[in-house]
Amino acid sequence: MRRIMALLMIAALPLSAHAAVEVFSCEPEWAALAKELGGPLVTADSATTALQDPHYIQARPSLIAHVRSADLLVCSGAQLEIGWLPALLQKANNRKVMPGNDGYMEASAYVLRVDATGNVDRAKGDIHPQGNPHVQTDPRNLVPISRELSRRLALLDPANASVYEQRLEDFLGRWNAAVLAWEARAAPLRGKRAITHHKSWVYLERWLGIEEAANLEAIPGLPPTATHLSKLTAEFSEGGAHFIIRSPYQDDRPSQWLSERIGVPAIVLPLSVGGTEEADDLFALFDDIINRLLGALDHA
Amino acid sequence: MRIVGWRATLIGFVIIAPGLVSAQESEIVQLREALDALRADYDARIAELERRLAVAEQNAAQATSMAQQPAAPAAAGSAAFNPAIGVIFTGQAWQYGEDPAGYAVQGFPFGGEAGPIEEGLGLGETEIIMNANVDDKFSAWLTAALALEDGEAVVEIEEAWVEATALPAGFGARFGRFFSGVGYLNEKHRHSWDFADQPLPYQAFLANQYVDNGIQVRWLAPTDLFVELGGELLQGGSYPAAGNAHDGFGSYSLFARLGGDVGTSHSWLAGVSYLDATAVERASGDEDEPFLFTGDSTLLGAQFVWKWAPNGNWKDRNLVLQTEYFVKSDDGEYQLPGAAAAAWDAEQSGWYAQAVYQPRPRWRVGGRIDGLSGDDPGAAFDGTLLELPADDPRRYSVMLDWSNSEFSRLRLQFTHDEAGRVDDNQWGLQYIHSIGAHGAHSF
Repeated sequence: MRRIMALLMIAALPLSAHAAVEVFSCEPEWAALAKELGGPLVTADSATTALQDPHYIQARPSLIAHVRSADLLVCSGAQLEIGWLPALLQKANNRKVMPGNDGYMEASAYVLRVDATGNVDRAKGDIHPQGNPHVQTDPRNLVPISRELSRRLALLDPANASVYEQRLEDFLGRWNAAVLAWEARAAPLRGKRAITHHKSWVYLERWLGIEEAANLEAIPGLPPTATHLSKLTAEFSEGGAHFIIRSPYQDDRPSQWLSERIGVPAIVLPLSVGGTEEADDLFALFDDIINRLLGALDHA
Repeated sequence: MRIVGWRATLIGFVIIAPGLVSAQESEIVQLREALDALRADYDARIAELERRLAVAEQNAAQATSMAQQPAAPAAAGSAAFNPAIGVIFTGQAWQYGEDPAGYAVQGFPFGGEAGPIEEGLGLGETEIIMNANVDDKFSAWLTAALALEDGEAVVEIEEAWVEATALPAGFGARFGRFFSGVGYLNEKHRHSWDFADQPLPYQAFLANQYVDNGIQVRWLAPTDLFVELGGELLQGGSYPAAGNAHDGFGSYSLFARLGGDVGTSHSWLAGVSYLDATAVERASGDEDEPFLFTGDSTLLGAQFVWKWAPNGNWKDRNLVLQTEYFVKSDDGEYQLPGAAAAAWDAEQSGWYAQAVYQPRPRWRVGGRIDGLSGDDPGAAFDGTLLELPADDPRRYSVMLDWSNSEFSRLRLQFTHDEAGRVDDNQWGLQYIHSIGAHGAHSF
């Protein structure tokens, strides 16, 4: 028994010795942000990859083990992870990251969420009463979120507070400059109309002045139906849309089907870091999103 | 203002222009082009101003809303209602070749609620679930099952537990009435079963699901590999325990689980469990003339679950393989109806293996084989339901289900039953619908 305990303790050691703050993020963008803000002072793992639909994740044993050892949990919130995060928290026996503590952060709580509704009638599909949770698609939202994340890191690791502050200022300087550059490059996208698979892109559209013409899903969260796709074909065969957008994890058949019929390019946009080969960090993520949108416009 | 000034000058010029009889056609074209260029430039500048205004407005709105939004947001999900309330509706239409009224598995008399699904059109259990955080250190959960028994509404407390959420060092504890952590399926709520009924070892050894009153303590190792150890001390009032032996500390259990990922597409969970129950006059078999067992009952279980989804993206396609094996040892005596007590010391085993595949969103198809086998308990049990059958009981089931959303499911199931007294084919349609808050499902 003593030998087993000793082995377990050795197994536990590397986790606590290496990093000051261990971050568990539900989506890759928050892990990437934590790495920007914490550098070598943090380890950050994401529960999901950008190739997975974050609405539908299994509460896997490996994730429970990660939450168990986390100091800080960062998730989009607004019920995006309602189908699995509560099961992880319940099993992980880690009071540091339970809601209400410094170690629990819902990123979308620190920006203005759109489409919040008091009406939770499920006949209208998989809606989020607290608003659309996909807030990372507007880079300006990362400003308040990074400030809060930096504040949390400093709270959990006060010895390095000044380092976090310095890294935050450095990040924000680079980020704000990048936002201006993206906005300048994306100017031709203004007023263009997009058909999106799911309502994943409302923040991006508001940022770049793209209009959401329609969704491939007739009811949010439910797969696109043939009836609805036929309706969209009739509606947009004479024009009225410039691109059809889906996320890497979404079935490509509905957007390809519609694309062939209405002659509008169907494109994949990375919803998070790692969603495409090019989008390997937060800066590259928006570079790639804008490249792909502009590319589609050229081909239209 | 500069633009407007320019424009006025230009418009003035254009008005005067037609008066210049000597003006050439090309000049007019040039002027038109200049005018168009200016107009485009003007539009672009207005658009830019509008955009800046929109950004400023959004930032202002954001600042306002930030002030209004709580700094520390409420718990994921169950904030909208306090407590979160959900209702689960189930029901079925089931058809048998043989009358299920006298259904029994030779050698393995069932206890508790185990048994065939109600024949014909029927209402299953309606579950009312309420849960919430009690405070910063406890949360609580209630599942009340409403059922009709002979036309009478019956309310059963299925689960009523409190969980300590703020224990240190990876410990978790639960107390109250709960589904025991033995086995893999035992903790699963009825609405998340992949088939309408439990596999044979659960029906024969755990009366479908072992639920009891007591305390459960779990510990999670601080390792990358999922390592969970747990134990329970229970009152011992329900099958396979009975009679609240040992002054109401009638049974205990121990379990261990390991789990992890293989790449991003595969994940697994393996476990072993041990249940030690004491039974005092535990009833099984015929309801009116039951067998009564008194003695020790232990159940050893091993489980393995493997889940696959391409890239770990669960929504479109996935596959779940799952198997469990149990060994039950009862040592004591049976009081047979209308006869003397007879000593019983026999080992029985049970197992099932199943696969459920989702080829596309909404649709799942699954197959399951389940079986039992046992020792010869001796001549004292000849001619009774406890006598060992010539062939091991076995069933083969397939199912197809369709879920319009996560909240609704319709299932078609076919079972070829070689466990009952006569081989039988059974067909069924089942529905599982839920409204209100719905808790996250465990792995």
